[in-house]
Amino acid sequence: MRLLSGEKTVERLLVLIAFSAITSLLVIAVFIFKEGVPFILRIGPSEFLLSSDWEPAAGKFGIYPMIVASLWVTLGAMLIGAPLGIAGAVFLNEFVPPQVMRIVKPTIELLAGIPSVVYGFLGVMVLAPLIRAHAGGPGLSLLAAAVILGIMILPTVISISTDAISAVPNSYREGALALGATRWQAVHMVILKAARSGIIASIILAMGRAIGETMAVIMVAGNAVKVPHSALDSVRTLTANIALEMGYAAGAHRQALFATGVVLFVFVMILNAIATQAIRGGPGGRR
Amino acid sequence: MRLLPPKYTQAIAVTLLGGATLFTLAVLLFIIGFVLDKGLPAVGLSFLFSNPQDMGRAGGIFPTVIGTLLLPLLAIAIALPLGVGTAVYLTEYTRESRVTAVIRFGTDCLAGIPSIIFGLFGFIFFVTMLKMGWSLLSGGLTLAIMILPTIIRTTEEAIKAVPNAYREVSFSLGATRWETVRKVVLPNALPGIVTGVMLGIGRCIGETAAVIFTAGSSLRLPNTPFDSVRTMAVHFYILAREGISNDNAYGTAAVLIIAVLTVNLIAYWLMHRFIAKRSR
Repeated sequence: MRLLSGEKTVERLLVLIAFSAITSLLVIAVFIFKEGVPFILRIGPSEFLLSSDWEPAAGKFGIYPMIVASLWVTLGAMLIGAPLGIAGAVFLNEFVPPQVMRIVKPTIELLAGIPSVVYGFLGVMVLAPLIRAHAGGPGLSLLAAAVILGIMILPTVISISTDAISAVPNSYREGALALGATRWQAVHMVILKAARSGIIASIILAMGRAIGETMAVIMVAGNAVKVPHSALDSVRTLTANIALEMGYAAGAHRQALFATGVVLFVFVMILNAIATQAIRGGPGGRR
Repeated sequence: MRLLPPKYTQAIAVTLLGGATLFTLAVLLFIIGFVLDKGLPAVGLSFLFSNPQDMGRAGGIFPTVIGTLLLPLLAIAIALPLGVGTAVYLTEYTRESRVTAVIRFGTDCLAGIPSIIFGLFGFIFFVTMLKMGWSLLSGGLTLAIMILPTIIRTTEEAIKAVPNAYREVSFSLGATRWETVRKVVLPNALPGIVTGVMLGIGRCIGETAAVIFTAGSSLRLPNTPFDSVRTMAVHFYILAREGISNDNAYGTAAVLIIAVLTVNLIAYWLMHRFIAKRSR
């Protein structure tokens, strides 16, 4: 009898623990929103989201330049990271012997662990001078941030795309090859189509990572608050705005940074929801 | 409408795809090689074990090494029971239902939250509201939430890989569910759980945004959990961003990269062994 009641206690405890992750998520959301949303409502959503004036000392809080910068930097990172990553995943799955794949894939996943500050530092020391010398501008720019983020997301794209491609049943491959297709024809006519949802998920997850990245972007993007007119302009992203000013902000200024966090949170949650749907959806997906 | 014979498109495709793959590998390896090449000359025992002088312009990084050891350990100590408990509940105590779907969705969402949001949250909740200040404890709690999804997922995978026959034998011997979990399932899933722990530690070591606003950046050695600490990643960020010392920045980066890669390497090695054992 005593044993049984012990079992019950354990089970109740485990139920409680099982809700720790979702509770954390809710508490985080509540606290960020509680600080940020009243501020957005007070200043007016259109003023906050669409005004280009960010002068906290003068009570002007418009984050339009940061939204534009975040979107451009993320888009740029995707243009660089997605094709390279998918090409890598296809090549490793379809064109090299499994033994090579077994070494290269963990190596690339290992590289996902390189801290973002290190990427940022290399952006400052190596990439920015290159851009300054060959393309002009200040070097620390939208372009530099996009390139660094594009490299940073490669492991994510390759790793998840590889899983999606290797989940395509072998019979699809054999069927295509038996019909006389070359390996490349089998890839782009059959395999990529079958693995589509997993590959899309990898890109969207990578977008979430790119738009949320902070330290690397602060170091290489230049951080000027203005709507960029070219890829060589200095920009400040939403994440950089929070991290740069959090150290000394107080009062309305601090609330404005939390409001910036709300906007970022919403962006990332939308991307996550799409990615989750895509992963659950396709035949190459996680069931 | 075929422009080229398939033989040529095949050759072009292989060249392009192979080129892209090599380029990717080359860039990633260049990053590591560059940092180690510039940083390792500065690194030695005295660099690791002496105190920084003049804000890190000279001297070593000893307090940041201690910070980098303590903070992830604290985060793991908090996240491990929660993560393993969640995974045990999801796999051993319930069937797939609305509730598990909600828990899984919450875990996925938590995994996608950018680290700066964790930093903001930790700052307003632990540092300000609970009055823990910039401290080891605030940082550890924030990082614990951040790595919780990693621990849950890897533990779940590890538990699922334990053959059902083990459980059936345990039940048939009269063991209760909890006894089975404790004495059969968890010991067999241990390498997988350790993999998750190592991945979590790796993530904590490399983290900056969530740490700098919760654990602060004091260069003094902590005496209590309520003291601020500076990790190597934060130290490196401050050295590099404020242009304090490029030499010491490279040195710190080299140690940081070696630490993260070693921890991740152990994680993958364990996972590989675990999978090999299971598939035998």
